[in-house]
Amino acid sequence: MTRASPILEVEALVAGYERGAPIVNGVSIAACAGEIVVVLGPNGAGKSTLVKAIAGLVPVVSGRIRLAGEDITARPAHAMVRSGLAFVPQTENVFTTLSVADNLKLAAQTLASTERASRIAEVHALFPDLVKQRGLPAGRLSGGQRQMLAVARALIVAPKVLMLDEPSAGLSPKVVEDLFHKLREIRDSGVGVVLVEQNVRAALAIADRVYVLVEGRNRLEGARADLASDPAIAALYLGGACAVAAAG
Amino acid sequence: MTLQFLADGLIAGSTIALGAAGVTLTYSILRFANFAHGEFISWGCYLTLLISGPIGAWSASSIDAIGPLSVGWNVVLAAVLAMGLTGLLAVALDAILFKPLRDRGATITAVMASFGASMALRALLEVLFSSRPAYFSRDLQIAIRVTPGVRVTPDQIALMGITAVLVAALHLLLSRTGIGRALRAVGENPALARVAGIDVARVIRLTWLLGGALACASGVMMGMIVQIRPTMGAELVLPLFAAAILGGVGSVPGALIGGLIVGIAEAATVQLVGSQWRAAVAFLVLIGVLLIRPTGILGRAE
Repeated sequence: MTRASPILEVEALVAGYERGAPIVNGVSIAACAGEIVVVLGPNGAGKSTLVKAIAGLVPVVSGRIRLAGEDITARPAHAMVRSGLAFVPQTENVFTTLSVADNLKLAAQTLASTERASRIAEVHALFPDLVKQRGLPAGRLSGGQRQMLAVARALIVAPKVLMLDEPSAGLSPKVVEDLFHKLREIRDSGVGVVLVEQNVRAALAIADRVYVLVEGRNRLEGARADLASDPAIAALYLGGACAVAAAG
Repeated sequence: MTLQFLADGLIAGSTIALGAAGVTLTYSILRFANFAHGEFISWGCYLTLLISGPIGAWSASSIDAIGPLSVGWNVVLAAVLAMGLTGLLAVALDAILFKPLRDRGATITAVMASFGASMALRALLEVLFSSRPAYFSRDLQIAIRVTPGVRVTPDQIALMGITAVLVAALHLLLSRTGIGRALRAVGENPALARVAGIDVARVIRLTWLLGGALACASGVMMGMIVQIRPTMGAELVLPLFAAAILGGVGSVPGALIGGLIVGIAEAATVQLVGSQWRAAVAFLVLIGVLLIRPTGILGRAE
């Protein structure tokens, strides 16, 4: 795959819930269209906070976020979606009291009324199971089905970039495999995918490029092939900040 | 024994239902019990009274009573305008008082602040309009005999019809439209709603606008049936909460059913037991229903 200029560029981002105590402390990442970028790191490295801050859910103290060349730093979360940056939170990522169909229709409300039906049909084509479940309250879905619905909901707006916060958490290996297969399809359709993961092995298997964060800062980055043999990555399999720090 | 209490109860219950619909909306979307909601009822009624004067002066014929009703088109038009203004009053109160507290995560403080806002808004009405009762019309209406022993006035019949229309419209708005879907989404999970592209601040403003407008309608009803006093809404606030909880918090049809049950129970108590028990009965019914069904009649478990 030829590398284009990045569709998402995050420069020196500082973000956190409380002033003076940033959790993300100057992180820079980039993602191109049609590429899966995986963000790894031990617990507390600021991976989740990074994607939440990019999505507009955590206050940004400083730094810059550009999407397709346009500066979108500190836009409110609902405006980020409209700009083409979709986010799938780790937990509570579907509306359990709404039907599967209403979850998708809700996301489609941000689109022009003429596009809504066709976008829902396109997402149904990618996730055919959702058609059968459309009348069901999303709270009745299994964990794997919910995750599929959450991704489907994020795709409704035809985003340029799709960010996911640990989508494999709590899922069986088989379901993770299905989900990651979908992420590959989404990447191949030209979307830039940013994936935060604890599941290092599964994530490395689909990554095009990898970032490793430690204590809210960039630690390592590179193409998957270059990093696969890196001792810091090996240490991440064992987990823990100390192991990574020692390896670095 | 006559069945007059049923008619009286349905009418009082309609007033309560319109207020309870607003309470249930703001509670389900903001997880916040607004005790100043009664003041929206009083303010809505006084604003209607205030606006109906100039409309009547501008078009003298608008004062003429509509058919068998006690009021003219000037009051109807004033009520529609006042519904909008009361909605804006609710939006303003949220922007000035509740939103800053909510942003700091101080929900309990916001509930306490709503008590304060309630007293301030009520006192302001007493300063502006005095605490003497006022009336939309001083004409006496002749009650129509519906069945032996049951009499209602034309005003009461019209107001019950308006309540049914308003509650049905609100229910359709919430269950059939994109606005309703957004309201339900924000009620369940505001953070996810933002991620899904919903402008949550706008949805919250809409919630207050709807709640305020319905409170105004409730106030006008009460003003026409009983009288207009600065304390009229404050006296209704506990039955409102009883009705909203009884029907199931978050459910608009529930608020209607809860309102009618509370209204009928109160009227039955006045007729059969004694008026000193009136205030207590809403809560006895509430306790009874919650023991059997903790989520309320139409409420859903969270």
